Amino acid sequence: MKPALTLGPLLYYWPRDRVFAFYEEAAGWPVDTIHLGEAVCGKRHEMRPRDWLDIADRLAARGKEVVLSTCELIESEQDLRVMRGVAGNGRVLVEANDLGAVKLLAGKGPFVCGPYLNIYSRPTLEVFRSFGATRWVAPIEMSREGLREVLREPGLGMDTEVFAYGRLPLAISARCFTARYNNLTKDDCGFSCGDHPDGLLVSTQDDEAFLAVNGLQTQSARVHELSSELAGMAAMGVNRVRLSPQSQHMGEVVETFRRVADGALAAAEATKILARLAPGPLCDGYWHARPGHERAGRVSLAAVRA
Amino acid sequence: MRMNPATRMRLVCPAGSLPALRAAIDNGADDVYTGIKDETNARNFAGLNFDLPALREGIRYAHARGRRVLLALNTYPQPSTWQKWRRAVDLAAELGADAIIVADVGLMDYAARTHPGLRIHLSVQGSATNYVAINFLRERFGIARAVLPRVLSVQQIAHTIENTPQVEIEAFGFGSLSIMVEGRCAMSSYATGESPNTHGGCSPAKAIRWDRKKDWVDSRLGGVLIDRLSPTDRPGYPTLCRGRFKVHDDVYYTFEEPTSLNTLAIVDKLQEIGVKAIKIEGRQRSPAYVALVTRVWRAALDACAADPASYKPRDDWMAQLAQVAEGHQCTLGAYHREWK
Repeated sequence: MKPALTLGPLLYYWPRDRVFAFYEEAAGWPVDTIHLGEAVCGKRHEMRPRDWLDIADRLAARGKEVVLSTCELIESEQDLRVMRGVAGNGRVLVEANDLGAVKLLAGKGPFVCGPYLNIYSRPTLEVFRSFGATRWVAPIEMSREGLREVLREPGLGMDTEVFAYGRLPLAISARCFTARYNNLTKDDCGFSCGDHPDGLLVSTQDDEAFLAVNGLQTQSARVHELSSELAGMAAMGVNRVRLSPQSQHMGEVVETFRRVADGALAAAEATKILARLAPGPLCDGYWHARPGHERAGRVSLAAVRA
Repeated sequence: MRMNPATRMRLVCPAGSLPALRAAIDNGADDVYTGIKDETNARNFAGLNFDLPALREGIRYAHARGRRVLLALNTYPQPSTWQKWRRAVDLAAELGADAIIVADVGLMDYAARTHPGLRIHLSVQGSATNYVAINFLRERFGIARAVLPRVLSVQQIAHTIENTPQVEIEAFGFGSLSIMVEGRCAMSSYATGESPNTHGGCSPAKAIRWDRKKDWVDSRLGGVLIDRLSPTDRPGYPTLCRGRFKVHDDVYYTFEEPTSLNTLAIVDKLQEIGVKAIKIEGRQRSPAYVALVTRVWRAALDACAADPASYKPRDDWMAQLAQVAEGHQCTLGAYHREWK
């Protein structure tokens, strides 16, 4: 079975016009599902809840399944207000990225468990299923063998999605690291994360691209990429893969994955294309139960011996 | 003045070993928290934690003195080893632990069904940063207490407490400062393959390497250069979020300086807003550390409970805590809004 392609929520802070233009384009891409909504920082205000619903309507009219993602970090009453609005929108499927969101969605119909809910095992997944979840996204740290074990017993009756392309959302904090770089506090951040459409690169002192700072979120500098694993995933019961938006060439990234999924492009060829399109070097360590920044097949000897 | 038992905060201290447990109790801890020698807890370090006889003895020692033992089972059960976490919950019930500290929803569900009499504390690793999440876990699994991630300001903690009348709130008082939301950080596994969620530890010791060069020392984690230290630098434990990295041409502590959290200055405020327990971090630290920190905090909590209006942290308390703090510096962290 061919996996469905999901365009994950936009994690960066882009100008409003650019966001509208991005989704206008995305409507024509060969993705099945598109996630909308602010998933990182409740202070970001270029897009209003109403704007997201407008885009949702346009995408739905073009035949896309639309999912609204809730924010990963819910702290303030304002965050809660936004989350309640998303959860109670009444017409679009919702992805819960916090247990508070799960509370608002449990028992009220289908919802999606986002990658931040820390579902690492089958019994835990089944508890979320009992709340009404119909789809879940495995944590980014989940390995192929781990996921195989979770899916081993038949009868799960849920969609399983894997984060298969993009800079990895590694961590979230109450502190804004983009503001910190600019010697600003979060309260007076100047929305400086908006200056970095793919995150602000953090290198080691010996100039290795290591992380990318995106406001409260810390991402990998490398781009996680699993196009060559699609066939194996389908065989073990993964029926969706998530591609995380980047500022350039996203349509080509989607197209490349689509062709691999359709069997129209060899995986080796796809990897070459994606290496050219990605904003950083590729990695896939987590999937192979290795450190996340590694690239399978290019693991150094020292790392193998360790 | 007579202490009002309703406002007196409990002092929850770390016990990475039996000597540390005794040190905590002998110096005035109300509760000690500890873990089993495996990946079921978030301080899974070599030489640390309790085997069965030690745990039994620890619980006996604490109960004989009217104190409580909390068992941390606060990592996420991994796909193929679920049984191990389940057995750990059973063990806690069997040995008479006073509560388990849990992060995983599936494990809470198991504990609530199988051992309804066993108190469940929501671990900080459970990433519950708002009252809606906390009340949900109360409603579904009957959690008795929630430990708040170290990302909320005092005002936000007060607001959380007002809205969680059925759940005790525990806040961190002293120790290593987590920069990221606990349970939501995979930086360690990105560099080393092991993280708190998957293996019960951040920046594992086996992944650390110190490369001595002529004029400096390179501190590496999983091969990644975390910091480059001059001979005059005081090297801290090479945790990723305390590293000095480069953004454009600036080399700086990108996430946080090596510093410890210390809330001694606002103990009266925490008591006033209704925090029920103060947690001291440091199961990986020595019994001497536990003894010192417990003694200082016992004195502070007693002084504050007896007379909150005139509470003020004593200079000698602050000096003693600074001695054992990371980088010998302390911060109020996110409790103070400006930190963010």
